Formats: sequence, structure tokens, C-alpha cells
Amino acid sequence: MQTMAEVLAQAESVGSIGKAAAAWQAARDGVDERETRARMRETLAVMRDSVRDGLAPDLRSVSGRVGGQAALLNAPKHVARFGRLGKACAYALAVAESNACMGKIVAAHTAGSCGILPGVLLAAQEEDGFTDDALVDALFAAAAVGRVIALQATVSGAEGGCQAECGTAAGMAAAALCELYGGTPARAADACAFALMNALGLVCDPVDGLVEIPCVYRNVGGAAQAMAAAQLALSGVPCPIPCDEVIAAMKDIGDAMPQSLRETGEGGCAACASLCAAGKDRYGFQS
Amino acid sequence: MDLFDIIGPIMIGPSSSHTAGAARIGKIARMLLGGKPVKAEIGLWGSFQKTYRGHGTDRALIGGLLGMEVDDTRLRDSLAIAREEGLSATFYAARLRNAHPNTVVMRVQNTDGREIRLQAASTGGGEIEIQSLDGLETAISGHANTLVLTYRDTPGMVALIGGQVAASHLNIATMRVSRAAAGGEAIMTLELDGAADQALIDRLGALRDVDHVSYLAARGTGTTAGEA
Repeated sequence: MQTMAEVLAQAESVGSIGKAAAAWQAARDGVDERETRARMRETLAVMRDSVRDGLAPDLRSVSGRVGGQAALLNAPKHVARFGRLGKACAYALAVAESNACMGKIVAAHTAGSCGILPGVLLAAQEEDGFTDDALVDALFAAAAVGRVIALQATVSGAEGGCQAECGTAAGMAAAALCELYGGTPARAADACAFALMNALGLVCDPVDGLVEIPCVYRNVGGAAQAMAAAQLALSGVPCPIPCDEVIAAMKDIGDAMPQSLRETGEGGCAACASLCAAGKDRYGFQS
Repeated sequence: MDLFDIIGPIMIGPSSSHTAGAARIGKIARMLLGGKPVKAEIGLWGSFQKTYRGHGTDRALIGGLLGMEVDDTRLRDSLAIAREEGLSATFYAARLRNAHPNTVVMRVQNTDGREIRLQAASTGGGEIEIQSLDGLETAISGHANTLVLTYRDTPGMVALIGGQVAASHLNIATMRVSRAAAGGEAIMTLELDGAADQALIDRLGALRDVDHVSYLAARGTGTTAGEA
């Protein structure tokens, strides 16, 4: 399952990417598929705990710049205004903030982009009553998609910018969400392609090199992109570019990205005067 | 790469390289040292040096030295726990040449007065490499079951050590040997296909000219240390 085309070929016989992926992982580990699913269920439990941890109003990171903001988003009147999207955004921010504050999280696929997948899936579960087993299937689908991107392009911000981190996580979440709501494997691949396409060019520009600004807000944006992409695909809008080609485009863009915009903390948001003047060298030794 | 490399690892944030990788380096340093560390002088280089406080790299390294895993919620309080457990740690800005951007050098001492020096890099996604031990070049990832022996470089050592491993019916996947000078201190790193038992570690420790044996059990089976 090295390309999206190969993933789709595998998924065709069993009807979903998630089921094909779970079987693949079990075969690879030489264990019963129930064991593999139990492991993913434990992962889901950690995700759920990380949402709860991140919603604490008194949470603060070492720099003091993030933490406690997801609690603001999660206030009933703000969640109600934006529905499922509002809840997914609050949860994505919660997990990302928990990560920034040294909380326990599941890297999915990286720590910097860890809020997107739990954000959209757990919000969908609360709103629409999906079972944990359905979410486990969706997580396997997300993992299979993420693995293809990691193999064909990169999932590292230092190599490919934030498009490779939050972009990939949004693509994974879009495919997962699409399958969760009953979309076919082909639609799920389109959902991933749409999300990735809309993240192309996104740079990695962490202020002071910390996984805080803009990272935690990019998780919120990623969750929104994932839901929009899933809506496009589930509505039957075909992605005009096959997912494998979007992944290749993402890699080409990453290769062309200047060093200053690839996790060096030198360009983009990191170079904005109001933050970089105040925070210079406070979080490491004086240079 | 499997699916749990993509959705996972379960870890304490915020950074797989600056936090999870640092905790793994600390944990492996503890296993290479053997026993309880009481003193650590830790030099940071590159991005580790510039961002260690915000990423909790210092807390992760110390947590690892205290034996914590990457998903241990006590990592964030490890500096206080170190004081309680009698580990005195100091950090400084290291000056290195041609080193990986996330590099740490450390000198660690245990309750028996044994001391080791090592250099390690966090290479991304929580992956690490111990690059030197006591000034001798090595490459330890912690992925395979690994035996690390320090000994005096004398003829026949490879055969002697290899013979003991063979007697335990274990296959050596990779072997790496380096030394300071002929007849000087040498280090051998053996990655095994199976798991070593304490009897093998004791036999290796009893060989003439062997100074110290550490055993790192691979991650999947839970990281445990053996030594002789």
C-alpha cells in the first residue's frame, strides 16, 4: 500500500480503506486483527483524554503564549454558533494546546499537527453517535493515507513545511471523516486530495522555534479544511486531480521552499516584529 | 514504517524531536551507565540549545535519566523529581563542530562512581542516535536488542565475545567495533535478532579485558536494562 492507487485497490475488496489497513497492519505484525484493533482503541482513548486535558482553562505553555484558549472556543454559545465545525475546532485546539503544555498526546502524524484528527473525529462522534469501533476504522484509514504521504513525499515540517504537517493531517482527517460518514474509498481519497490541495504551499514558521504560534491555530485551520474537504467529497464533487498527483505536487513545493520557511524559526510568522523582539532567546541559552 | 508510526507514538509534548527524542536519549544514557545516576553535566547544541526550555528538552533529558518513558506524565516535573531523588544536573551551552542540529553531550555519574560520557543526536520523529560513548565512535538507535561492551583492545576479543553470543544461540544482526588506539579502550556494539538473557550478560562481563557490558532491550518489548 505504497500509493493511494494501491490503497484503493486493496480497499476495493473489503469496502473501506480502514478495514483494509487494519488487516494489513495485523498481517505485518503477525497478530490477530482483534489485537491490532485493541491497540488502536487504546490510542483513541489517549486522544479523548488529550481533548479533556486541553480544555482546562488554567493550562499554560512554558512561554505563556498558548494554553487555556480551547476552553474559550468550547464555551456553549461559541460551539453552538458553528455546530460540528465549532466543536471540531475547539477540540483540535485543545489537543494542540495540551501538546504545547507538555500534555500526553498521540502524534498524528506529528506532535505539531496532533489536534486535527482527534478534533474532527471526536466531534463527529459526539454529534452523530458513532461507535468507538467506527472511529477505530476511521483512524486506520487516516493512518493508511498518512503513510502513503510519508512514503511518497514527506511528513516533516523541516523538509516540506507545514503543508507536510498540518496539510497531511488534514488530508488524513478528511479521508477518515469521509469513510466515517459512509463515503466509498474513492471518495475518501478525493477528500484527502481536496484537503491537501487546499494546504499546498503552507510554510512552517514557528515563533522562537516552539510548537506554539502559529502551530496550534494551524491545527484549528486544519480541522476546518478537513471538514470542508470531506463535505466536497461526500457530496459527490470529484477532485479534478488524483490524490497521488496532489501528494507529488506537495513534495515538489516542499523541495522548492526556502530554508527560512521550513521549521527554522526564521521566516514568516517567526519573523514578525512584535513577537520575535519580545521573545528573543528567552526559551534557550543566550546566543 | 507501519500505521502506528503514523498514528503514534503516544508521547508527552510538545515535540517528537525536542521532547520525545530527548527523553529516549536520557533513558538510554541511564541504561548505558547502569545504576542510579547522581550527577549529570549536560551540554546542548544547535536547536536544542536555542529552544530547550520552551520544548522541555531539559526536563525530557532528566526524566529519561530518571528512567521515565516518552509518555510518562511525570516528565514535566522531572527537574523537581531529580532533586528529590538526589540527581544533581547542570546544563550548559556546548560548542561542537559539524554536529547534528539537535545534539546533546553529557557526562553522567552513578552511585558507584562509574562515569560515562556520550554524544547523541535526536534525528527527527523521536528517532535518536548515540554517536559516541567515552569518546569512542558508535551508532546506537535503540531499535534492536543491543549489547554494548567496553573493553581493552587485545587480539581475539571479537571471537571471544562472538563465541559467547553464539553459545546463547543468538544471531548477531550488526556489529560495530571502534577503538582509541591499538591496545587501548575499545567499544563493541552488537545488535541481536533475539533477546539476550542475564546469563549471557554475566558471561560477557566475566571475560578477561571486558570492562563493562550494557544491554538495551528494544522499544517494542518495553525498554529494560541489563548490565555486568
